[in-house]
Amino acid sequence: MSASVRAANLDAQALPTRLEQLLGAGGRMQMAYAWHPQPGRTEVRYLAAPGPRQPFELWSCRADGGELPSLALRAPLLGWYEREMQDLYGLAFRGHPEPYPLVVERSAEGTLRAPLVLPEVSDPQVQLLGFGPVRADVLESAQFLFFYLGEAIVHYLPRLFLKHRGMEAKFEGASPMHGCVLAERVSGVGSVAHALAYCQAVEDAAGCTVPPRAKRLRVLLAELERLYNHLHYFGQLADSTTLKVGQAEGRLLEERIKQLAGRLTGQRFMRNLLCPGGLRRDVAVPVDLADTLQRLRREVESYLAQLERTTSYLDRLLATGVLRKDVAFDQGATGPVERASGLDRDLRRDHPYAAYDELHVPVALAEEGDAYARARVRAAELRAGFDLLELLLPRLEHGPVYAPCAPEPLGFGLGWAESPRGSLYYAVHLDAQGMLARVKIKSPSFSNWRAFPFTVHQTNMMDYAINEASFGLTIAGCDR
Amino acid sequence: MPLWTLRGLAQGIATADWPHGAADAHGQQGTLGMPRIAAERCADACHRCADVCPTQAIRLDTRGHLESLDYGRCVACQLCVETCPAGTLQPGGEWAFGVREREDLEWTLAPGPLPAEERLAAHIEQSFRGSLHVRHVDAGSCNGCESELQALNNPFYNLHRLGIFFTASPRAADLLLVTGTVTAAMREPLLAAWEAMPAPKRVLACGTCAVSGGACGGTYASGRGLDGVLPVDVWLPGCPPNPAAIIEALLLLLERKPQRVKGGRLHDG
Repeated sequence: MSASVRAANLDAQALPTRLEQLLGAGGRMQMAYAWHPQPGRTEVRYLAAPGPRQPFELWSCRADGGELPSLALRAPLLGWYEREMQDLYGLAFRGHPEPYPLVVERSAEGTLRAPLVLPEVSDPQVQLLGFGPVRADVLESAQFLFFYLGEAIVHYLPRLFLKHRGMEAKFEGASPMHGCVLAERVSGVGSVAHALAYCQAVEDAAGCTVPPRAKRLRVLLAELERLYNHLHYFGQLADSTTLKVGQAEGRLLEERIKQLAGRLTGQRFMRNLLCPGGLRRDVAVPVDLADTLQRLRREVESYLAQLERTTSYLDRLLATGVLRKDVAFDQGATGPVERASGLDRDLRRDHPYAAYDELHVPVALAEEGDAYARARVRAAELRAGFDLLELLLPRLEHGPVYAPCAPEPLGFGLGWAESPRGSLYYAVHLDAQGMLARVKIKSPSFSNWRAFPFTVHQTNMMDYAINEASFGLTIAGCDR
Repeated sequence: MPLWTLRGLAQGIATADWPHGAADAHGQQGTLGMPRIAAERCADACHRCADVCPTQAIRLDTRGHLESLDYGRCVACQLCVETCPAGTLQPGGEWAFGVREREDLEWTLAPGPLPAEERLAAHIEQSFRGSLHVRHVDAGSCNGCESELQALNNPFYNLHRLGIFFTASPRAADLLLVTGTVTAAMREPLLAAWEAMPAPKRVLACGTCAVSGGACGGTYASGRGLDGVLPVDVWLPGCPPNPAAIIEALLLLLERKPQRVKGGRLHDG
């Protein structure tokens, strides 16, 4: 395991104290997961980020008795991880504030279903509106429940995990190469980020060094992915504020980047190219790529400037869906969402991977935490994305794009990437044959879906669609 | 607001001159599709393609020769193409793989006789003579298919011009377009949407997950696609199928385009 991660074995009773130390020093939990190091043994691993640019901490804690103290009261973002371990690994967390199933539960007939725990409502005036899982338009499946009084939303509950595919289980027994094909299919619009975080985890386990050209090409792909995702985001936001031409223009710009990606890599989502050790094949970068990007940049700048001049659009974003800084921190918000609430974190800068250590990654921030702040942060990231690509293209010197990468049997590796939606982690455990024994995926949408309802309670129906669009969530990444 | 309208007009027409005009204006240049097969090159006891295929789409005979390839399981990951030392499996640019019968996605070394032409144009026109209204249901996808379906309404593809529309209510829908592996939790809502649709109604399995479960099927929760769940009219593999492939499949359903793939082989013209 690399020097950027410090490992520690902890007893169950030492966990709360260690958490207090971390929080006291300004650190934050990142994720937690369970696995079976041997048949009949269970271990829980916690990933902690002590502070900016300090190595991650990985705490391992035996859970053979099936019970651990819950840390969710002090680190609320861990609440969902603990509930997931409860559902999938049968663990119990003592003192959990919401000890209900989250990901799957078994119905009386024995079939699996997505859990639903409704709050008790005493006021007979409060109505319940259920929306989904099949919603209007082409959208991912999820069910949203609104407890409302007239136009006011009293309480909001998203029922997710209807799309739970058991993706982490799908990795088990697969070869490291096959695992990359799976990682690309966890969240389609994050194919590059997922493949990148996964490959870096396997490379960490193997201790191999990826050639410089492959590292830089990985940045090229990752930034193109950010561009098309953020353009899609502005199209959605324009749609939710009824700017039909603005929606069409955003979608068209997104399409142009996807077509560019298709010509460059053979696949519009840039799948089927990354592999542990580098890239499966070299990418022929056309000589006019810089010009193409320059032209696109001018169009994107003009589009963003027009949006920022449109008062009807700004009116609907300002003060909509405010995520307070302390809530963003406690509930684990990530990516542009947390940066728009004033949290200065970006894995590309704080824990550089691929070729980001060679580049200056500016981190856009805002303080207000409303939909407008989230849009401003994404607009700044779009501009910064073009800047990064401009810096990167002259550095794409010829050279190999692959180094042999065979992870040690029984090895472990951790990989991460700042996806367009925020921090993404892969933890990879290998078995005695060098096949995948356990793969944990921490997707950014899992984090942001946890934070999102806090911006909906006590607001109104009119703002909901705009607020949801301003978060830029995916459901596939969350549900896995 | 009027500024936006002027701005849109000033940008001119962005819509592709396809499928009616230029045959190659579909916007998918350079993308790789399903692998092409040159079976005569296959070497004895090699096994590499079958070993590397993440979805078990490739079967070998007792000599270790390529015997069959099920494009309905293929996610076009290109691993077999990259590993094949003999050039039996080659990179292909073919992505429009929509078919009416599931068997037509199965390439076998010794194919049986092709079935007779299945349906007459008059058949579909009776029920869907005007426009087609589509209800999409995500039954557990990676969101790749949704991203490409959403792209259908961008100005480049502009699906409306073909008389095809997405609709909110299954009550107003002619076609159920399903993506994803059909997870345990989405099975019931999917069937409810199907039940809510008035007859006559059709089903399009969009993407390899919906066709066979693809790369993500077969876990404790994920299901294996639409086979045995709903009566499918058109099967469209692809991971994900690009927007042009989806348009081709919709036009195939409407019998406005001929089926190009039969017995896992291209039959053009």
